Amino acid sequence: MPAIDVRNLSKIYRVFRKREGLRASIRSLFHREYEEIHAVGGINFTVERGEMVAFLGPNGAGKTTTLKLLSGLIFPTGGQADVLGHVPWKRENAYRRRFSLVMGQKNQLWWDLPAQESFRLHKEIYRIETLQFDRRIDELTELLEVKDLVGQPVRELSLGERMRMELIAALLHSPDLLLLDEPTIGLDVVSQHKVQQFLKYYQKERQITVLLTSHYMKDVEALCQRAIIISEGQIKHDGPLEEIIDRFSQHKVIELQFAGTEFPEDLGRFGEVFESQPPRAKIRVPRNEVLGILKRLLDSYPIEDISVEDRPLEEAMAELFIDSASRTPS
Amino acid sequence: MLAQARTNWVILKTCLEERFVYRADFAFATLVRFLPIVTQVFLWGAIYSGAQARSESDEPTTLNSYTYHEMIAYYLMAMLARAFSSMPGLASGIARDVRDGTVKKYLTQPIDMLGYLFWHRIAHKLVYYVIATGPFALVFYLCRDYFPHPPDTATLLALVLALAMGFLTGFLIESLIGLISFWFLEVSSLLFIYMMLNYFLSGHMIPLDWLGGLGEWVEFLPFKYLAYVPAAIVLGKDGYVLGEGLEGQLLIEAIWILGLLALNRIAFARGVRRYGAFGG
Repeated sequence: MPAIDVRNLSKIYRVFRKREGLRASIRSLFHREYEEIHAVGGINFTVERGEMVAFLGPNGAGKTTTLKLLSGLIFPTGGQADVLGHVPWKRENAYRRRFSLVMGQKNQLWWDLPAQESFRLHKEIYRIETLQFDRRIDELTELLEVKDLVGQPVRELSLGERMRMELIAALLHSPDLLLLDEPTIGLDVVSQHKVQQFLKYYQKERQITVLLTSHYMKDVEALCQRAIIISEGQIKHDGPLEEIIDRFSQHKVIELQFAGTEFPEDLGRFGEVFESQPPRAKIRVPRNEVLGILKRLLDSYPIEDISVEDRPLEEAMAELFIDSASRTPS
Repeated sequence: MLAQARTNWVILKTCLEERFVYRADFAFATLVRFLPIVTQVFLWGAIYSGAQARSESDEPTTLNSYTYHEMIAYYLMAMLARAFSSMPGLASGIARDVRDGTVKKYLTQPIDMLGYLFWHRIAHKLVYYVIATGPFALVFYLCRDYFPHPPDTATLLALVLALAMGFLTGFLIESLIGLISFWFLEVSSLLFIYMMLNYFLSGHMIPLDWLGGLGEWVEFLPFKYLAYVPAAIVLGKDGYVLGEGLEGQLLIEAIWILGLLALNRIAFARGVRRYGAFGG
């Protein structure tokens, strides 16, 4: 039985539409115009227990709305979801004890108190046994390298330290499902790396189910094998991460290092030159023309080193998102 | 049951710790709130001496059957009742939580938002009493001659009950206003109107038996429990004496509390259903 089973799930928001100007503002006092936003439009997917899945998409694609539906924060307009055997929006305590939602932009800890006070509160709210609680605190603070900071008021912690404390609070009750909404947003490279490493280790160790949204492809590549891509409330892709590049990227990157001092000026005839630092250059070329272009390059210039790579996931995603945005009728 | 009690205790303890973080600001705000009491005592003194000067009789002047002493006693008791029933920041805090999304923590964790806010408010009040007891005791001591003979134990118990129920009534009315933010997001105007009405209809400004015909209607509203009723108990006003209607008044207050609690529960259940959880 999957941990998450979503069938035809949809969410339509009815939002007030205000026209520009004072007259429109006055008119809106008497006559309000509303607009329907189809945030999630009948999506289907399943996530098996112990799986770690990336949920990707541009801003406004419906990622966070889906996470909110799965955590029971909002009611759907239609469809069904079975999460760990519960209907999330019924908000049964039995369900709320089994999952955690961490939002990178939201603080759940008490701002003015040390994190350990929030942890103690969580201990009571989630009814965690004292022995287990002590053991988990020890383990989590050690793994996340914040053992010495738990006694410091949260407001005095750096963003990275705070996020690590948030993760501890979210994992204290050993949830079976972890919903992560951009957990590394705004973090520096070191903190990002620490959070990534921790999540990777913890998920593997505990075999918990994780659904992760992130705009940092480094997170996704480091943590997930499978990705679901959502755009305009619809699922565009559901499968292994590497398939995204095969499926959505129409280009490859040829990296060249020229021999000698000669550096050709006419590389543009082979493809789009997006990096040029003599004697090195990078050219973006159509996938199906790679072989032909390689041959022509080798025939035309003295080349010392050459490599062909897929475009970074980030670029492939950007291309996909721009493509779907341009197809959206305005 | 025991586990729930322990959870509530930890919530209370954590809230107390939080309150003490900004103790200087809180202490200052609490003490500043005593200034209006002093000015009000002087104001009533001026009103009564003006009335006395125009009176031809040597008898102490009464205004609407209140002597100056009774008026001061009434006012101080109303202030004491307000110390229990006023809920600064409760409704606006709920509205802020709904607007900025902090309310999510109540919805995703196995915790009851109203229960949590209740214990948070208890902590708020406890810290307030710790700081305000001294000044209150001083004011009451200085004004001790204005009070009628000390109430008997049964009346004192009724007073304590009325103050505690006043706390619950005030909490539930304000939390209900806060929950309206699930529909309107911003409740500050509504809150302002409530504060104005409350000032007038609770007996905070003047005793409710000064309102004449209007006072009869106000009797049917729950606001009187926020200030007037505890003061009327101490002054032994008609209908507020044990054996002469006070029991009935307290029973009606208890029914109001249950009704407001039910309304809170309904508003929360419906509001959460409507909740859009905007803003990430």
